[in-house]
Amino acid sequence: MSTDQNILVKLNDAGLQLNNKWLVKGVSLQVEKGKIVTLIGPNGSGKSTTAKIALGIYKKIDGSVEKYTNKVGYVPQKISIDWTLPLRVNDFMVLTESLSKETIDEALSLTGVIHLKDKNLGDLSGGEFQRVLLARAISKKPDLLVLDEPVQGVDFTGEIALYELIKKISDELNCGILLISHDLHTVMTATDHVVCLNGHVCCSGSPMDVAKNNEYKALFGEQASQILSRYEHRHDHIHTDEGKIKKN
Amino acid sequence: MFDDFFIRALVAGIGVAFVTGPLGCFVIWRRLSYFGDTLAHSALLGVTLAFTMEFNIALSVFIISSLIALILIQLQKKTNLPGDALLGLLAHSSLAVGLVVIGFLTFIRFDIMGLLFGDILAVSVDDLLIIWIGGAFILLTLKFIWKPLFASTVNYELAEAEGLNPDRAKAIFTILMAAIIAISIKMVGLLLITGMLIIPAAMARNLSSSPQSMVIYSIIGGLLSVIIGLFTSLEFNTSSGPSIITAALLLFILSLFKIKQSIKLKN
Repeated sequence: MSTDQNILVKLNDAGLQLNNKWLVKGVSLQVEKGKIVTLIGPNGSGKSTTAKIALGIYKKIDGSVEKYTNKVGYVPQKISIDWTLPLRVNDFMVLTESLSKETIDEALSLTGVIHLKDKNLGDLSGGEFQRVLLARAISKKPDLLVLDEPVQGVDFTGEIALYELIKKISDELNCGILLISHDLHTVMTATDHVVCLNGHVCCSGSPMDVAKNNEYKALFGEQASQILSRYEHRHDHIHTDEGKIKKN
Repeated sequence: MFDDFFIRALVAGIGVAFVTGPLGCFVIWRRLSYFGDTLAHSALLGVTLAFTMEFNIALSVFIISSLIALILIQLQKKTNLPGDALLGLLAHSSLAVGLVVIGFLTFIRFDIMGLLFGDILAVSVDDLLIIWIGGAFILLTLKFIWKPLFASTVNYELAEAEGLNPDRAKAIFTILMAAIIAISIKMVGLLLITGMLIIPAAMARNLSSSPQSMVIYSIIGGLLSVIIGLFTSLEFNTSSGPSIITAALLLFILSLFKIKQSIKLKN
């Protein structure tokens, strides 16, 4: 079990009220070093709000948030950048922290967009921009990564590669990740802890626990539950290059 | 070769251009041109205050402009009026109050035209010191808050999330705006200060592809505008402010040719 020193951010019964309407209420969770915590839930269930509470973007919240690190990388879900700013990918990479050329190149290579380094940010496609956002967040080698749907708009093969990259980063940097994802496959394979939100915490636990939870089934339907459960089995074989099955 | 007053004006103008260059970029990026206008309009009140209390003009303009900025922030919190309406309210009422107060000060001879549009004859050695020392201070402070200010200009939530304290940077920037207005009022005049901030920066935007290069072009544009404008002012006996701004406009028009070319290349 982890000790308290491993906790990067902790929400205690946190919530946010805006114009007399609760966006999210009573959320308790913690992100520890080397662990991936995933928030799932339908649209408007308060996933992004919870992430922003954890980041300390909202000042007037209910409950409390304890943040133990300032080395944070953030990929927001929506980002409105004023495209009239003369801003190249390279300028964007050093937005919140000065980095060496090698560090920038390494991060951009990892997400597969090194060739866009000198391009104007406004000229990128949605998927390209998403890869740049992810590169920027990981380049500063943060203790805590908050990724709000980090692969939206990325092509299918890229999506898988990027999720693998996220998992790798979590292992290599031993950083904690708070992930918001709609992709239940990913949630299942890479996550240590799942929090299912629907304006409040509907259920939480290991992916398997959540998949079995009745409230979760009610929220997402039986089928979603099966998607998660399918990962229960262990992969006992791998495919060789020639396509033959090889037992582990 | 040149009279002392002209050299003084030139040195003052160059000092102002070094500061308005980078600040002007932020005024454009953060869409603050009307905010700059409001602070500048309120400067008249600061000037009248300086005359009645026999106070330093730059200092009293700085105090009044900062005060107006504070009032604006309070009004934004407490009313439901849109930002531009509040800015208009403050700009015109502070200008009006300033003019009414001038009307009462019959014992002082006021050069209203000089106040509104700048007067190169008015620049004293003391003013030079204020411009260069104040300007250096503004630039150093801006360098210090550059990262959080620029990051929050690009995206507020990113800056806040990654621990850069954008609110503090914004507050400091507001004070810098009041300061640049205070030190450049004699040169450019209060009606045209925002022009000095915006036009060289707008020209720079047409030429640049990165924030740093935009700042550099903006400074160069400002310097050229001041030099060309002041020589014109000397030659044709025009007010210094309008001459400088007209020169800046010409440079902006020239920069449009460059942008046309790059758009053609893109298509």
